[in-house]
Amino acid sequence: MSEKKPALWLRIFSFLVYVYIYLPILILIVFSFNTQKLNIRWEGFTFKWYEVLFNDSNVMLATRNTLLIAFISTLVATVIGTMAALALQRYRFPGYALTESVLYIPVIIPEVVMGISLLAFFALIKFQLGLVTITLSHIAFNIPFVALVVRARLHGFDKSIEEASMDLGANELTTFWRVTLPTIMPGVLSGAMLAFTLSLDDYVITYFTAGPGATTLPLRVFSMV
Amino acid sequence: METDILKPKRKFSLVRALREDSAFQGIALISPTAIYMLILIILPMILVAVLSFMTRGTYGNVVYKFNFQNYVRLIDPIYLRILLYSLGVGLATMVFTILIGYPLAYFIARSPVRKRSLYLFLILLPFWTNFIIRIYAWIMILRTQGLLNTVLLNLGLIKVPLDILYTPAAVLIGMVYEFLPFMVLPLYTSLEKIENAQLEAAADLGARPLRAFLRVTLPLSVPGMIAGSILVFIPAMGMFVVPDLMGGAKTVLVGNVIRNQFLTSRDWPFGAAASMVLMILTLAFTLYYTRKAGFGEELLV
Repeated sequence: MSEKKPALWLRIFSFLVYVYIYLPILILIVFSFNTQKLNIRWEGFTFKWYEVLFNDSNVMLATRNTLLIAFISTLVATVIGTMAALALQRYRFPGYALTESVLYIPVIIPEVVMGISLLAFFALIKFQLGLVTITLSHIAFNIPFVALVVRARLHGFDKSIEEASMDLGANELTTFWRVTLPTIMPGVLSGAMLAFTLSLDDYVITYFTAGPGATTLPLRVFSMV
Repeated sequence: METDILKPKRKFSLVRALREDSAFQGIALISPTAIYMLILIILPMILVAVLSFMTRGTYGNVVYKFNFQNYVRLIDPIYLRILLYSLGVGLATMVFTILIGYPLAYFIARSPVRKRSLYLFLILLPFWTNFIIRIYAWIMILRTQGLLNTVLLNLGLIKVPLDILYTPAAVLIGMVYEFLPFMVLPLYTSLEKIENAQLEAAADLGARPLRAFLRVTLPLSVPGMIAGSILVFIPAMGMFVVPDLMGGAKTVLVGNVIRNQFLTSRDWPFGAAASMVLMILTLAFTLYYTRKAGFGEELLV
């Protein structure tokens, strides 16, 4: 679109939207230093709540769990999802259309439905709910997002550089590691970042697949609100 | 392949198949995803579909006896009202995110190229904080003795504190805040693609800015609006956390019903039937709108 300066009303409106987006978070940050417990009035500056937080072993455990789940699910989903993106973008194979549409399911069904379906499934096969079921579920919803992002990156991939690499004597594996992967790396990284963020932020799926004792930070925060 | 014709009786070799057979390579690459999705997406979905035709046992267990009871129960006016209400909240969230998001996306698309990514980044940044925390911030603002009322009272604009929290309005505020980026990003993607020449052509042909907007910009941004609507409507329809925290007991959406059936009432078959209805509604919405306008990459932002 053109670079003509946006109209004044549009600039004012947009500024107000940014205020709307940022105000709640700024207020939250400011009041986290408030001495008053109920957060209604500003009474004085304190680090007390942070001290309380860092000395709360439950919060620390939940933080560890959250990071562990996010890290493992991101790693697995990124590897598997990138493979899927390569397969869908470059190959035609039996069952192509089916896999492609199945891949979209977690993106287009409400989270609550996916949550209860996983809960029912784990209950049916008598799989003990806990960190493992949370991680398995996070991988399941992360694979499609990674695959979609990497696929978008592969879209403009110039295959001739791979052919050049093969012509110069590299085998398929070397070509993949030295040419293909570095080229699609930005896509893989943004897919991984998206997966990590989704996992860290997830409340709904975690809520249904967490067993007793397995708490993540979002669950912990919810119980404190 | 030529070599295959010359030596048709060569034994099958996995390594050779991986190196030479393109369909085989594709299958090898897709199989981890396919197997994973089959076990953790497809099977659980089938299970929910099956469950929805079963009955709840005395102790909250599932009795495997086929019947339509759960769907009949959903026709009850109470549940129909909840369903319609959820539909209304989903659509209202969608409309408000368009009303707020469209001008913003338009503003970003019209800004100098070097500033655009900064503006987009600024929209995404707050959403890296946790979802529950953002809701909590709104509770602090909206509650009876919260920030909004304190400010308004001190300014003398109101005499009695407003009761916004724990009303449907609060739920809508929370939902619109939560889903705004999902609308802005696809809208921006389609607005940004509009060529200046197209607008100049409209102007050359005598269209005034408003007319050019209505006849050129708006129609060209429809794919983005549809992608955004899908991204907003689906999660909004199934949302139960925002009504839980901001809606009080009065606001029950279909998501809350499903959650309660699975975790409190332990009537899984009925919860499964409600899930099926929700899923069918959102799928119908998605199919209807994707058919109406072809889009794809807007969903990929």
